[in-house]
Amino acid sequence: MKKLALVAAASLLFGTAALAAPLKIGVAAEPYPPFTSPDASGNWVGWEIDLLSAVCKKAALECVITPTAWDGIIPALNAGQIDVIMSSMTINEEREKSIDFTDKYYNTPTAVMAAKGSGILPTPEGLNGKIIGVQVSTIQEAYVQAHFPDSELKSYQTSDESYQDLAAGRIDAVVADSIVVADFLKTEPGACCENVGNVADDPVILGRGVGFGLRKGDPLKETLNKAIADVRADGEYDAITKKYFTIDIYGPAN
Amino acid sequence: MRDFLNLRRVIMIAIAAALVTWCIYSLRWDWLANPKYQSMMLRGLWQTIWMLVVTMVIGFALAIPIGFVQAAGPRWLAWPARVFCSVIRGTPLLMQIWLLYYGIGSLFPSIPWIRDSAFWPILRQAWPYAVVALSLSVAGYEGEVLRGAFKSVPHGQLEAARAMGMPRFTIFRRIWLPQAVQRVLPTIGGETVLQLKSTPLISTITIMDIYDVAGRVRRDTLVVYEPLLLLAVTYMAITALIVLLFKWFESRFPSKVA
Repeated sequence: MKKLALVAAASLLFGTAALAAPLKIGVAAEPYPPFTSPDASGNWVGWEIDLLSAVCKKAALECVITPTAWDGIIPALNAGQIDVIMSSMTINEEREKSIDFTDKYYNTPTAVMAAKGSGILPTPEGLNGKIIGVQVSTIQEAYVQAHFPDSELKSYQTSDESYQDLAAGRIDAVVADSIVVADFLKTEPGACCENVGNVADDPVILGRGVGFGLRKGDPLKETLNKAIADVRADGEYDAITKKYFTIDIYGPAN
Repeated sequence: MRDFLNLRRVIMIAIAAALVTWCIYSLRWDWLANPKYQSMMLRGLWQTIWMLVVTMVIGFALAIPIGFVQAAGPRWLAWPARVFCSVIRGTPLLMQIWLLYYGIGSLFPSIPWIRDSAFWPILRQAWPYAVVALSLSVAGYEGEVLRGAFKSVPHGQLEAARAMGMPRFTIFRRIWLPQAVQRVLPTIGGETVLQLKSTPLISTITIMDIYDVAGRVRRDTLVVYEPLLLLAVTYMAITALIVLLFKWFESRFPSKVA
């Protein structure tokens, strides 16, 4: 107890010193390549890690990566074991009840994939009367139901099965996350097809992207928002993205 | 009435009523009110039932010649029929469905004349493959059963009919087939119940049957037990209907001769 009081007094006395303590960035301990994963020597690497160092440099913060189990990452933040969550956490209302979010730093758009030269466009008119494959119970399925009512919807148990049917020509298009689409197009069966573009955004269905998670009312929010905007503005964001992806993963502007 | 309400029955009914009441009051059923799920459930139920009826009818129609040639046909017909039954009975139905849909079905689009034909809009869908796979399955199992049934019709009756100068097809139609069918009727009832419980496999090739609907409700609402409980009750109700139907059917046929 005495010790605790001492620490409290010390932090009061040396308030500035306490502020300069490194910021603990909670990253889900489970690897999530290419965003966050430990390399062979245990160092965390990935797109999010690179972005993090860029953001921390911009905001003149000292950041330390603290691996935390994903299912306990919000309690860990609120208990003070970590100060920021950066772990591809999608901003949604349920989470906003317990934590704050910064602006999004990525939001992979939903893309439409079709056979090469099919003339299909990622619009309701461009997909009118076509058969669209999606993975069952995904945001993409909900999107197709809401926005492409004149297309026929075919729901697959796994996304691989929908690609197989697209490659075979049994369905006209697949609507899926653009990163997943890009991955498939790199494979051999993916040679059949091309990404014909992203669908129009619908934040209610597709979500508002991924942001840093913070304790409620933490003033860090402004600092980080400014830093995100800065790395976006000076091209560093795009430079990092190019190292990992062939597409722009920032998604539609806010 | 007294006979109906004996003590054991009363206790069973009380337990069932208590279980149902507990399920209604302590579990989550609000998703049932969602019109989206209501229409999905109706469509799924309809899909399951027509798939069951159509494949049983086609399968049984196929099983008659398959069983007959094994029992009384020439060897060059009996042998392929036997191989067919062995293959169908010896491999998992799920594998047969996938071989047809993702195997043969995905070869069709690469054949231009099929792709350009009038049948392509049907062939690119999933249900024809499900109908073929499930029908062949019934044909395989019932063909084997009918082989025995055709063999068990007393030879004397057939010889008598021939001695009376009855044409061969008439013998088949009026003496051989009816007795064989009557012998297998109880097993067809059982096969239909088994077939009902094979239909969920078609949900793996993008067909939305009642099983698939329950899965969607679970994934969308994160309600786990309730859709599955309702699904179980639904399958049991359909099974009860099938059993009643075949009971009535059997009572209409004259009792076993022999």
